[in-house]
Amino acid sequence: MAPIAIDAQALLQSTYSILPEILVVATALFVLFVDLILPEENKRVLCGVSIIGVALSLFAVFSMGPARISGFSGAVVHDGLGAFFEIVILSACALTLLMATGYSEWEGTHKGEFYSLLLLSTSGMMFMAKGTDLMTVFLGLETLSIPIYVLVGFHRNRMSSIEGALKYFLLGAFASGFLLYGIALIYAVSGTTKIPQLAAMLLDASLAGNPMFLAGAGLLLVGLAFKVSLVPFHMWTPDAYEGAPTLVTAFMSAAVKAAAFAALIRFLLLALPGMQPAMGKILWILAVLTMTVGNLSALRQDNVKRMLAYSSIAHAGYILVGMVSGDVLGGQASLFYLLVYAFMNIGAFGVVMLIAQKEDEGYDIGNFAGIGFRYPVLGALLTLFLVSLGGIPPTAGFIGKFYLFSAAVKNGYIGLAVIGVLNSAVSIYYYLRLVVYMYMMPAGAEAPAPRPPRVAFSLALCASAAVVLVLGILPRSVLEFAERSVLSLLM
Amino acid sequence: MMEPSAYLLLSGILFGIGVAGVVARKNALIVIMSVEIMLNGVNVAFIAVGSHLGDPTGSVFAFMVMTVAAAEAAVGLAILIAIFRLKETVDITELSVLKW
Repeated sequence: MAPIAIDAQALLQSTYSILPEILVVATALFVLFVDLILPEENKRVLCGVSIIGVALSLFAVFSMGPARISGFSGAVVHDGLGAFFEIVILSACALTLLMATGYSEWEGTHKGEFYSLLLLSTSGMMFMAKGTDLMTVFLGLETLSIPIYVLVGFHRNRMSSIEGALKYFLLGAFASGFLLYGIALIYAVSGTTKIPQLAAMLLDASLAGNPMFLAGAGLLLVGLAFKVSLVPFHMWTPDAYEGAPTLVTAFMSAAVKAAAFAALIRFLLLALPGMQPAMGKILWILAVLTMTVGNLSALRQDNVKRMLAYSSIAHAGYILVGMVSGDVLGGQASLFYLLVYAFMNIGAFGVVMLIAQKEDEGYDIGNFAGIGFRYPVLGALLTLFLVSLGGIPPTAGFIGKFYLFSAAVKNGYIGLAVIGVLNSAVSIYYYLRLVVYMYMMPAGAEAPAPRPPRVAFSLALCASAAVVLVLGILPRSVLEFAERSVLSLLM
Repeated sequence: MMEPSAYLLLSGILFGIGVAGVVARKNALIVIMSVEIMLNGVNVAFIAVGSHLGDPTGSVFAFMVMTVAAAEAAVGLAILIAIFRLKETVDITELSVLKW
């Protein structure tokens, strides 16, 4: 057997293609190490170290640009789509870390393992967004999920936290079993796990009609649908989101969703032309179910955290609307919406975190009564985020929904767009219900004051609010970036 | 080389047993074991197809799945122990702080 020659050039290029991930993982390990030597009262430093690591990684993504760099014999690729999602995921992680400066102080999560798990999960998401081999996608998904299971149950003496963790873990592991079996079936039929090769083979009709291949693609879709919580695979979402520490909920709702959608977009946009119209019909049904069930369930919630959990299910449905047609216009709208969603949702969770004070009982909607006039800045910020989530101009949420639904109309899915708009109207009811509580209900007798935010926390809230407003008025440059990202995938 | 269809059938049966266990059992420990059976069913399929095609991808995939399954089991059992400390039960039907 000939010795395997190691090509130094290729190795270097491969390493370069995953530079942002390397930085994040290195920071995670560094945090664990520093945790050992830091005295208990200085654990705050860990949060700062993590923020620096994420900022460096973000800088690496920007300096690498959208050029296509493929590495590890086609297992990962740094392209426009990868770069776009890395920016979304790293921004979500950075916002979470900035908020952690305050949250960890109150809830005692200034711990080395908290930050390193958060960073390791982030690295898994980034790999998932860049994976062009189903193996990379699977490993990214697991690297993302396993730390998140732990983070959801981080308050291990609070029953709701650990219960949410168990439910998320059991259903998540079950779903990854489906994902894997789907990959195994696809591999059995086609003999490859590389997505571009699969897409090329799909254009040949015999593969697209093969029942075993269709079963495999279906199972793969089920596995990813669990992670983005599409109805009917959403059962874990409200429980895990409600039980998890609020900071983790904010992170999960934005970043996990972005990563899983990245893999879904990569797979669907490349594979769809070969699998239309069957796949389009399935996605149509999933999108309608997800929007409707998410919004209708959110209507009945009196717990703000659970309400936001159902609203995040509904948002997964809106984002899926952009993927039904499998073309550039829809894909671009989905990407834009994912970016906007990350900022507005983390922002909303951030304000809610300040007002609610205590995990569990603090999130009852009654606690929000009278906040609006007593604390005008907090009230205004939460109103802005909720209005954006509801899709009312001049916020970024409106622009995002506008592009999603107009892409659907242009591709002839008029029924889908109408259902989407109706759903959006329903969702305004429960978002505004919270606003009404804040501004029109008298505060309770001993309503506690919200926690005073730290500087970094305020910075995170202001940054989110700025993005929501600026993208609501000047969305062009980001939309063009999203378009280039989708195009880079199809080239 | 033997045709992989027999092995694929075996993998399908293992996977089915795993799914049935997850759906039907109420003890969280047995649910975790059933998930492991599902993953092992997948491994059989990967190895069978890989060796039939003479392609190492299948075997490499099986190794990856084993690694991930080990990590997952470790985290799952840790969560289970934490639950047992608080509630003295691992029956998933009795977890009702949050509405299912």
